[in-house]
Amino acid sequence: MQSSIEERLTKKSKKAKLETFGKSLSFICIAFIVLVVISILYFVASKGIATFTQNGVSIGSFLGGTDWNPSGKGADGQPLVGALPMITGSFLVTFLSAIVATPFAIGAAVFMTEISPKMGKKILQPVIELLVGIPSVVYGFIGLTVVVPAVRNVFGGSGFGILAGTFVLFVMILPTVTSMTIDALNTVPRHYREASLALGATRWQTVYKVVLRSAIPGILTAVVFGMARAFGEALAVQMVIGNAALMPGNLVSPASTLTSILTMGMGNTVMGSLQNNVLWSLALILLVMSLVFNIMTRLIGKKGAMK
Amino acid sequence: MTEQNFIIESKDVHLYYGKKEALKGVSLDFMPKEITALIGPSGCGKSTYLRTLNRMNDLIPDVTVTGTIKLNGKDIYSPKMDTVALRKEVGMVFQQPNPFPFSIYDNVAYGLNISGMKDKQKMDEIVEKSLRRAAVWDDVKDKLNKSALSLSGGQQQRVCIARVLAVEPEVILLDEPTSALDPISSAKIESMLVELKERYTIVIVTHNMQQASRISDKTAFFLQGDLIEMGQTRKIFTNPKEQATEDYISGRFG
Ligand SMILES: Nc1ncnc2c1ncn2[C@@H]1O[C@H](COP(=O)(O)OP(=O)(O)O)[C@@H](O)[C@H]1O
Ligand SMILES: [Mg+2]
Repeated sequence: MQSSIEERLTKKSKKAKLETFGKSLSFICIAFIVLVVISILYFVASKGIATFTQNGVSIGSFLGGTDWNPSGKGADGQPLVGALPMITGSFLVTFLSAIVATPFAIGAAVFMTEISPKMGKKILQPVIELLVGIPSVVYGFIGLTVVVPAVRNVFGGSGFGILAGTFVLFVMILPTVTSMTIDALNTVPRHYREASLALGATRWQTVYKVVLRSAIPGILTAVVFGMARAFGEALAVQMVIGNAALMPGNLVSPASTLTSILTMGMGNTVMGSLQNNVLWSLALILLVMSLVFNIMTRLIGKKGAMK
Repeated sequence: MTEQNFIIESKDVHLYYGKKEALKGVSLDFMPKEITALIGPSGCGKSTYLRTLNRMNDLIPDVTVTGTIKLNGKDIYSPKMDTVALRKEVGMVFQQPNPFPFSIYDNVAYGLNISGMKDKQKMDEIVEKSLRRAAVWDDVKDKLNKSALSLSGGQQQRVCIARVLAVEPEVILLDEPTSALDPISSAKIESMLVELKERYTIVIVTHNMQQASRISDKTAFFLQGDLIEMGQTRKIFTNPKEQATEDYISGRFG
């Protein structure tokens, strides 16, 4: 009997072994994920920087140049790799779609949390979840068959351009921004609403001056999240924006975004060539921007938490 | 007609949460510029009754109220009553300090802001006056623009009281305002309430019998949705009419 107790205490129990096993397993998984992420970062960065280190393009002419024709050369013999048209296009569709989506998202969220939670739960919630799940090619297809002709009829031109891209992205990010805004409003404690009403505020004043105001960090996070999604969206935008690497002079002439030029050019270049390297540089910009969006949401969250 | 003197008269008030009867015919009147304490074991309907006085129960779905409650002779449950106006007359302080996540100044100015006051100088004056009356001015005068959530619980509760005072209500309802606070903060609030009595009618729910006996003029004892007894505080605590009151006060239950 005594030996068995001693044995049990000194030998590792089955549970302890299982725990060690589980710990190592999850550690290996995490290490693997970290490794993959680091390799991707390294790969994109090294490729993207090659444009500047190997092909001798200056960062200024890449970020600030407006002529994009990587297979040709300019009058000064330098390759034409000005990415400003795409950078501008990407930021324009991102900001415009976010600006249009935000009021709609706030309106829908206020309806669902403050005005009619029952109907919101029954009808709007499933609709939003459905919209989130629709693949982007479907949005692009609808954009191509509905939005582009509509823009053409109203504004003339081909219909392809920033405006069509904005519309499609607006619809695409709306469900995400809305559901995150709903979450933000729902985390505003009940007692803020009670305090406001007890002070003689109307329901509308309470929503406007207390609930929305307290939820600002959450709403901003939702909007930035939507912007990150819009900035990175490729397929649907590519289908409606026209893909002309020109500075967008107006909202209804063909333009392009970083993602659309990237997807268009990917298959047509040779690894290691300048034409290929500049695409990686575009990818690097996308990567950096998604990092920036990520940091922004974190900072906003932190600031909100401090209050 | 002594009735003329009452600021609030409630008669045969029943309240149902769905089918559950939480108030079973409460008739209770309040004199102006007095402190009335509502006491009783928890779950007996003190908060429920208090919330009928500014119609905060309206916010809970499926609540039915019958009987009459009059403020200055006007039926507050009549269809013509404007609850927004009512709640400006009858302010409320909650059990948990619940300042908005705004600056101290914005908290106190909230009631003025929603009433559309634009005059910044007047607003400053009222904010200061309210914070002084709530005995928290010295604590916060140098940090009016700091978040109210950065204050201690006791300071937060006094800011909440200042927030109500800024609206200049006639009646202030307090639902166990000190139960979440330390004894020192509670004492500050108690002495502040005694001073506020000069200007306001105060109804306070309290779990703390000493508190009721220290600060109130009248005491009402509730039990299971009924008002058992109401009278001068000294009388209730020394010589109650009802056996149940005596049992409760002497700590035999609750
Ligand atoms: N929102 C509500 N819905 C249903 N029942 C409630 C609600 N609020 C209170 N009650 C019930 O009403 C009774 C009185 O509650 P309350 O007024 O909070 O008592 P007290 O403040 O004296 O502790 C209790 O039985 C409680 O369970
Ligand atoms: Mg209570």
